[in-house]
Amino acid sequence: MISFCGIELTHPIVNASGTFDAIAARRAFGDALLADFPFAAFVSKTVTLAPREGNPPPRLWELGAGMINSIGLPNKGLAGYLEHDLPQLAALPVPLIVNVMGSSAEDVATLVEAFGARDEVAALELNVSCPNVKTGLMMGAVPAETAALLDAVRPHTAKPIVVKLTPNCTSPADVAAAAEGHGADAVSLINTLRGMAMHPRRPGEPWLGGGTGGVSGPAVRAVALAQVREVRARVRVPVVGMGGVQSGRHARDLLDAGADLVAVGTESFRDPRAGARIAAELQEIDGKSGMIAGAPARDASRVRTRG
Amino acid sequence: MSLAPFGRRRLRVTGRRAIGAYDVLSVADPDGPAPDAGQFAMLAAADGWGGLEDERPFLPRAFSVARRHPDGTLDFVLEDVGPGTERLCALAPGEDVWLVGPLGRGFAPPGEGRRPVLVGGGVGIAPLMIWSDLLGGATTLLGFRDAAHAEGAALLPAARVATDDGSAGHHGLVTELLGAELAGAEVYACGPPPMLEAVRALCAEHDVPAQLALESGMACGFGACFGCVVPTREGYVRLCVDGPVLDAAALEEVA
Repeated sequence: MISFCGIELTHPIVNASGTFDAIAARRAFGDALLADFPFAAFVSKTVTLAPREGNPPPRLWELGAGMINSIGLPNKGLAGYLEHDLPQLAALPVPLIVNVMGSSAEDVATLVEAFGARDEVAALELNVSCPNVKTGLMMGAVPAETAALLDAVRPHTAKPIVVKLTPNCTSPADVAAAAEGHGADAVSLINTLRGMAMHPRRPGEPWLGGGTGGVSGPAVRAVALAQVREVRARVRVPVVGMGGVQSGRHARDLLDAGADLVAVGTESFRDPRAGARIAAELQEIDGKSGMIAGAPARDASRVRTRG
Repeated sequence: MSLAPFGRRRLRVTGRRAIGAYDVLSVADPDGPAPDAGQFAMLAAADGWGGLEDERPFLPRAFSVARRHPDGTLDFVLEDVGPGTERLCALAPGEDVWLVGPLGRGFAPPGEGRRPVLVGGGVGIAPLMIWSDLLGGATTLLGFRDAAHAEGAALLPAARVATDDGSAGHHGLVTELLGAELAGAEVYACGPPPMLEAVRALCAEHDVPAQLALESGMACGFGACFGCVVPTREGYVRLCVDGPVLDAAALEEVA
């Protein structure tokens, strides 16, 4: 057992938000999914106050070492999620972390309060890759924006708050430090890198219905390692590292760079059981090297010397 | 609906044969569940998946199950149109594939007193093959580009053929053959979007029920990525879990 913000987890592999729909997967795979659930905690897709239909297709573009998605956060909205999704996700055999996003601090606070009041929810993750309608700035791109968001949201729940950092900014480490300084219990990174693809048959036009999208997969793994290491050097709270993880070796690298948990995203599209496979591979690696399975590479004294 | 075993399975390629412009890939899946007609599987070569055009492929590819033999062998109909199908069309017996499936919702039986009519275009013949097998035969109308592609019609019993260039069968569109078959029919169609839209419009005009097997680029095939949505009268639906077979009446048009 490992502890993440006071939540007991059987191994350090979770899913990246928006890359695994446990409800749809149960329709496809049946109860076998529950018996062999691939993640130690389940992180939901982003929930917003009002329902969203998502971006017009096409929504995907394949790269040599990854993909670009322009999904646009389709979801049923807070009321629809509470009524339809939460009861089903509460039946999963692992703790539930709900990811939320709003276009103002007040919207995010409403979501955090609503989910924070539910026993089924172990923690909240804030998707801060959204412009604040009042300032026009992305909430997670500027430390002052992130700090103001946490100030507004923090009083609304006692549950752990994880801030999902965006790599599309000048300094994710500065944003992480601001999040920690204003009450975040953990940070997670990296979100997708903004990218685009040109339409193969219409010169000058983007392929994706949303224009631009997020790059993920092995193409971003080196970026994730560097940013996790940089953020780890600035904060003492737990770090969830992710970006292009395909194997236990990749997970071990992120843990060695300073992550406490590792999230698997795009690889689950290629292998629905990737989370369980990677957890087993990590255990094998750590068993061979004499480490405690899944333990972060750092020790407590090293953590105290940081920041 | 047949459920997929959880996870990807490493399966052995047992055969690949060319039928005109297509390749039929056979994969041994003796322990897998019997797919419903219209269900699909995600396929990737176990080795050498990558390094072709633009260093792709990276993601698995979705294919309708075209046939299941009594020993559990699954057939897929492939046409080499990009790096994913290029690699799969180069597989030799003894090589392995990763397979996730069967996935999605397939064809529903015809309504009371209705006569099944299968309409296929190009590589869209694939799900009609297993449906024809399970129905024990049905009126079958197939459209192809030319005579080389029309050789694929041999994969279905007693199919009537139309070609764009008139080099085999009726010179024209397969939907021109459909008009005479509509009375009392339930239409099952799979093919390129313009063909499906013509089928949808014709069936709507004559108040004939139609089930359309659609195609969309997919990253995962099991509802995780939300990439494969198509617009319906009820908003976007994920083709992988709410399709790939949709009731034609649910669609404003096939785009």
